Amino acid sequence: MSSLSRDEVARVAGLARIDLTPAELDRLAGELDVIVESVARVSEIATPDVPATSHPLPLTNVFRTDEPVAPVDRDEVLAAAPAAQDGKFLVPQILGEDA
Amino acid sequence: MSDLTCLTAAALAESLAAGEVSSVEATQAHLDRIGAVDHAVHAFLHVSTDEALATARDVDERRARGEQLHALAGVPIAVKDVVVTRGLPTTAGSRILEGWVPPYDATLVEKIKAAGLPILGKTNMDEFAMGSSTEHSAYGNTHNPWDLDRIPGGSGGGSAAAVGAYEAPLAIGTDTGGSIRQPAAVTGTVGVKPTYGSVSRYGLIALASSLDQAGPVTRTVLDSALLHELIGGHDPRDSTSIAEPLPALVAAARRGATAGLSGVRVGVITELQGEGYQPGVLARFEESLELLRGAGAEIVEVSCPHFTYALAAYYLILPAEASSNLAKFDGMRFGLRVVPEDNPTAERVMAATRGQGFGDEVKRRVILGTYALSAGYYDAYYGSAQKVRTLIQRDFDAAFAQADVLVSPTAPTTAFKLGEKLDDPLAMYLNDVATIPANLAGVPGLSLPAGLSDDGLPVGFQVLAPAKADDRLYRVGAALEAMLENTWGGPLLAQAPELETR
Repeated sequence: MSSLSRDEVARVAGLARIDLTPAELDRLAGELDVIVESVARVSEIATPDVPATSHPLPLTNVFRTDEPVAPVDRDEVLAAAPAAQDGKFLVPQILGEDA
Repeated sequence: MSDLTCLTAAALAESLAAGEVSSVEATQAHLDRIGAVDHAVHAFLHVSTDEALATARDVDERRARGEQLHALAGVPIAVKDVVVTRGLPTTAGSRILEGWVPPYDATLVEKIKAAGLPILGKTNMDEFAMGSSTEHSAYGNTHNPWDLDRIPGGSGGGSAAAVGAYEAPLAIGTDTGGSIRQPAAVTGTVGVKPTYGSVSRYGLIALASSLDQAGPVTRTVLDSALLHELIGGHDPRDSTSIAEPLPALVAAARRGATAGLSGVRVGVITELQGEGYQPGVLARFEESLELLRGAGAEIVEVSCPHFTYALAAYYLILPAEASSNLAKFDGMRFGLRVVPEDNPTAERVMAATRGQGFGDEVKRRVILGTYALSAGYYDAYYGSAQKVRTLIQRDFDAAFAQADVLVSPTAPTTAFKLGEKLDDPLAMYLNDVATIPANLAGVPGLSLPAGLSDDGLPVGFQVLAPAKADDRLYRVGAALEAMLENTWGGPLLAQAPELETR
């Protein structure tokens, strides 16, 4: 398996919604080899007969009784928001002009 | 340094209960100590002087009225900045949360407040707990109290340094791959990662949800047991919380300190020693084994062949889970918002915010995780790593059939110099080689000081126990601690150089 190309890093950064500077792209392209090496390493022993473990201890789904409880204070939540108006979060436009 | 800051939490709690000292006096002594040394150590990101003293006054008044109080009531504590605290700023070491004041408390913080422990402040950490040196904090390095030019470990370097520098008798840490135990090892303090699900994760800013666990950071094994019993137990708000009572941890620590280890089988893990471990680290480890043998323990060698794959599996699982968990930092509902010019869409605001608000290591891991989870790669990456997890759990099962506890050095080396490994992520990741297997399997682990290496810096000794048998850590840990302190003539931290005060 080859290392990750600069274009591939740029594509994944787009998926992760992270703007990177050209200098950051150059550096990360070189540093992300760790994942390629890790995959090669685990592939040595991750054979089809081994079941996957998603969680350290056995889990069953948990439900609570459907009883109302006091919510977190709205004003306190909105006080920590980047922008708020009329008791709601104020966010930038969701769709672009040509959408 | 006043006598009050040198006391263990257990001793301070006794003095408070006996009325020999007030919580206001104890809390003020620690605030004074923070004022005197934290300019050099930088363990704290925020010091909550007024809130801490208000809690202390309240506890003193309730005690004066004869109210029944928690055993640790009035004993001050520091909390890692990855744990949300209502009314106190919480950043997780990141610019993206600068100035954020959470509208709710983590469950463990609720318990601390209900028990009347004054919260001294929030401690420094690697950004979103990604790191082993606290150098990835967006707010500057924390310095090791043993040598200010060296790392305090990470990600919870702030909590370990605060306790090691006598700025707090107790602290809270979180451990995803070693972030409680490795800082404890390099600062000569005690740290415990409980069984996964032993302490509620509600209100922790999640890094890797299947690995994260909060736990105690202290100077003694007994103090860790006291704090673990306070913060642990079932929480309906965490669906992975274990719905059973904790084992008797404090009793186990007290028993261990006095009753010897006759009949206890101690397994030495073949794969966690030898190459890559400093000679001084291995020498202290061997000496501790001899002490355990002398106390009646049976030492056996156990092999965990898949542990050598743990690091690789961890560096697939952690970024994958982190990239999902960190998706919520998008500049819409809390924290930083960066708005590019030209009336941008929300999507462009998110990318600009994350590009500016996340540090290098966070970007590196989120992009790794996004890649590992992206279409076509999931099975080969995350799926394969989860298979390794199964194999590591089987190794633990086989080892615990032969031994009651497993032991190893906590970290392969002592504290390295600040900056020394910053440009080499792989070398940095190797710090956690001995601590990661416990997170992958969910089993509990403890680190306690085992002496000084040839370079005069602390070495950590790790004890691991089966899931839900955290009491064994405290029994064996307290026994070894008592024997080691007997050979040193006191706690190891008493040998640390005095910090310059101002």
